[in-house]
Amino acid sequence: VNAQADIRDVVVVGAGIVGSAIARALAGTDLTVTLVEGRDDVGDGTSKANTALLHTGFDATPGTLESRLVARGYHLLGEYAEQVGIPVERTGALLVAWTDEERDALPTLKDKAERNGYHSCEIVTAEEVYRRVPELGPGALAGLTVPGEAIICTWTTNLALATEAVRRGAKLRRGAQVTDVVVRRDHTTVVTTRGDVNGRWVINAAGLGADQLDARFGHRRFTVTPRRGELLVFDKLTRPMVPCIVLAVPSSRGKGVLVSPTIYGNVMVGPTSENLTDRTATGTSEEGFEFLRAKGRALMPTLFDEEITATYAGLRAATEYDDYLIDVDLAQRYVLVGGIRSTGLTSGMAVAEHLLELLADAGLELSPRSDLPPAPRMPNLGEATMRPYQDAQRISEDAEYGRIVCFCERVTAGEIRDAFASTIPPSDLDGLRRRTRVMNGRCQGFYCGAHTTALLEAGTRATR
Amino acid sequence: MTRDVERVAVAIIGGGPSGLTAASALAPLVDGRVLVLEREAETGGIPRHSDHLGYGIRDLKRFISGPAYARRLTDTALGAGALLETEAMVTGWDGERAMEVTSPGGRRVVEADAVVLATGARERPRPARWIPGDRPDGVYTTGQLQNMVHVHHSEVGTRAVVVGAELVSWSAVMTLREAGCATVAMVSGYPRAEAYAAFRIPGRTLLRGPVLTRTRLVGIDGRRRVRSVVVEDVDTGARRTIECDTVITTGDWIPDHELARTAGLAMDSATRGPLVDASLRTSRPGVFAVGNLLHPVDTADGAALDGRHVAPKVRAWLDGDPTGSPGIRVRVRAPFRWVTPQMITPDGGAAPRGDLLFWLDEYHRAPRLRAVQDGRTIGRKRTLWPAAPGRIYRAPWSLVSAADPAGGDVTIELVV
Repeated sequence: VNAQADIRDVVVVGAGIVGSAIARALAGTDLTVTLVEGRDDVGDGTSKANTALLHTGFDATPGTLESRLVARGYHLLGEYAEQVGIPVERTGALLVAWTDEERDALPTLKDKAERNGYHSCEIVTAEEVYRRVPELGPGALAGLTVPGEAIICTWTTNLALATEAVRRGAKLRRGAQVTDVVVRRDHTTVVTTRGDVNGRWVINAAGLGADQLDARFGHRRFTVTPRRGELLVFDKLTRPMVPCIVLAVPSSRGKGVLVSPTIYGNVMVGPTSENLTDRTATGTSEEGFEFLRAKGRALMPTLFDEEITATYAGLRAATEYDDYLIDVDLAQRYVLVGGIRSTGLTSGMAVAEHLLELLADAGLELSPRSDLPPAPRMPNLGEATMRPYQDAQRISEDAEYGRIVCFCERVTAGEIRDAFASTIPPSDLDGLRRRTRVMNGRCQGFYCGAHTTALLEAGTRATR
Repeated sequence: MTRDVERVAVAIIGGGPSGLTAASALAPLVDGRVLVLEREAETGGIPRHSDHLGYGIRDLKRFISGPAYARRLTDTALGAGALLETEAMVTGWDGERAMEVTSPGGRRVVEADAVVLATGARERPRPARWIPGDRPDGVYTTGQLQNMVHVHHSEVGTRAVVVGAELVSWSAVMTLREAGCATVAMVSGYPRAEAYAAFRIPGRTLLRGPVLTRTRLVGIDGRRRVRSVVVEDVDTGARRTIECDTVITTGDWIPDHELARTAGLAMDSATRGPLVDASLRTSRPGVFAVGNLLHPVDTADGAALDGRHVAPKVRAWLDGDPTGSPGIRVRVRAPFRWVTPQMITPDGGAAPRGDLLFWLDEYHRAPRLRAVQDGRTIGRKRTLWPAAPGRIYRAPWSLVSAADPAGGDVTIELVV
């Protein structure tokens, strides 16, 4: 065995949105790439539980790397979404001022948006606010429109990027937690719970674990603070009440609580913002519920006459710095891509593009391959466009698309079958849920839970 | 692609006890086709996976198991000449009485002269009950549990906490027992456990732990699988941890009302089902509603009897009976949560079984009721049976039969 053959050009640690986008971009060159993920699935960490907004970057801090990459990523991901079928709804956003102080802040925000290169914001009256969102609770004083803000499917984004990376030849190793790194003269050994992976370069896109991996390379430059955000998801019957994303005026405490439609046809209220120490604490809390109930009721009281479909919590990788931390350590052939907080969904592809420029500067040969496979076409999880159960043509060609397994979300046996036959099949129920929406609806498994579990067992047996 | 349209006389949405019974009664009464659209692979509804005795008492005068009951209702409907289509889901409306249907056979529109909504009810799952904590495997509704155990024969855990202490909760205890899972505690916000004696006695002998009354579940712990739950005494605020690997959220029923809502029917904010009169007519002409969509949740036989009741009313509509006036509302005061039928119309007749159905939050041994219209008492009744939380309470329709359909709303209250 030629030991050199086992050395990859690049090992990317972390298969969230950022890591997957990087692996995809690198796999588009002649470099050999391995994508290492500690969890059992791609996109199973911070990337799965965010507010799923495609941001214009209007409210970023001007002049930062984040500002630049979010603005760039907005266009890159917007185009990519169209190409591969990631659902996007361009609903626009309305930032609502509820106090005099917030109203007075609107011109500053508009100015900030301009400095971020976003020129479409407009300040509107309270009357216009209520015309756009009639169900809004009383007391709105004015608003700022951000017509470019959109909702997007974060799960499909992550899966599309990882799928294309794999189809381009990247090796994906899931369930491989990095326990150590050994930097050698011409390559680095990444020690994982599923064996060693050798790479000339290592990219740290480990999200919540980025500071720990960074420390393995001898750096002590930042700390990740898991910031928990709890979210409420309301029944689909509420969707007409929320025609666009309703944002709060940001404060020092963060971006505040938003009310937003979801790409799956629900309404979401959240997130909370709470700094924790436990990087795995994705449970919801009584305090979080209480906070969201109070805030949400003020924003839209009628929403709370309706049913809650789901509650969940996600962790954002906050750091002590106000910008992304992207840094090349040439001596160790190591790149940190850290502190990519909640805007990473939008910026991920731009982060990858930026990273490739940095690597080119570092002397890597990054010529694009001429023999790239076609981009994947992702199953549609969005409510705005036709889903398989509505598609007469498709059902007549394949009856499995007419066999609805999950009644609440209208997920068919055909889609579940396809998920297991896909490039990156699900390994557990949550993975299947993220690929199909199965069991994500109002009954949470009352009707289809047992059937879905049986299909999952059969599917995972077959793909093992 | 051309639109595939099918015309039927009556479309019944939902093939559970109420829908099947309606189909059995309607098929002989109607010239055209009576089509039941059932989204599951088999008709029969919830009794299919409730594998214990106690079904068919009031409608079939029998005492049989859920699956046997489901089979019998199915056979009777087929024998009566109704068409039963399974794996056929109504996903939306395409007109007043036209529905979009998806099935393995294709996507089509079913246009009916009359529609009977029989979509049933489901238990509120954990998120809708605002139970915080981790989100591990092992948290199920009774519906999912019984489907897992009786239909798919899957494994459950070994130590369960059951949330709720009403009729369906004891059914969950029995299913858990059958799956080899001990129930280590039942948790109820009410001051006493509720169920019929016939159910309670075998249930009690199976229960390994206490019934914690005036208690609520405030947390679930466990990353992959449930490890424990935290319960709180509602009166003292005292909390304790119970080790378990399974949590069953039982009861707390909500109608499956999506189609009623998307049709734009007038709804009852308390039952969360459509408003109906004693003929089970909704606010849309030619659209009827039966079963637990109206009263979450009555026993299966009670739901089935709605189906029998609605058949001649549907026939009358098909014969061209003009729809009645919108009628007046029947309302309730606390401790009642809701009443159904909620509308009194001049030609509505008497309610199914001659009963008003109620849900309430307190136990009353032999309640006395009063109905008031425009400040005048129009009816008084005392029942010999108790009214209890967690199950339907019945009182005679004659309590409100003296109401003036042209007058003001009728309010029913408890006389204490």
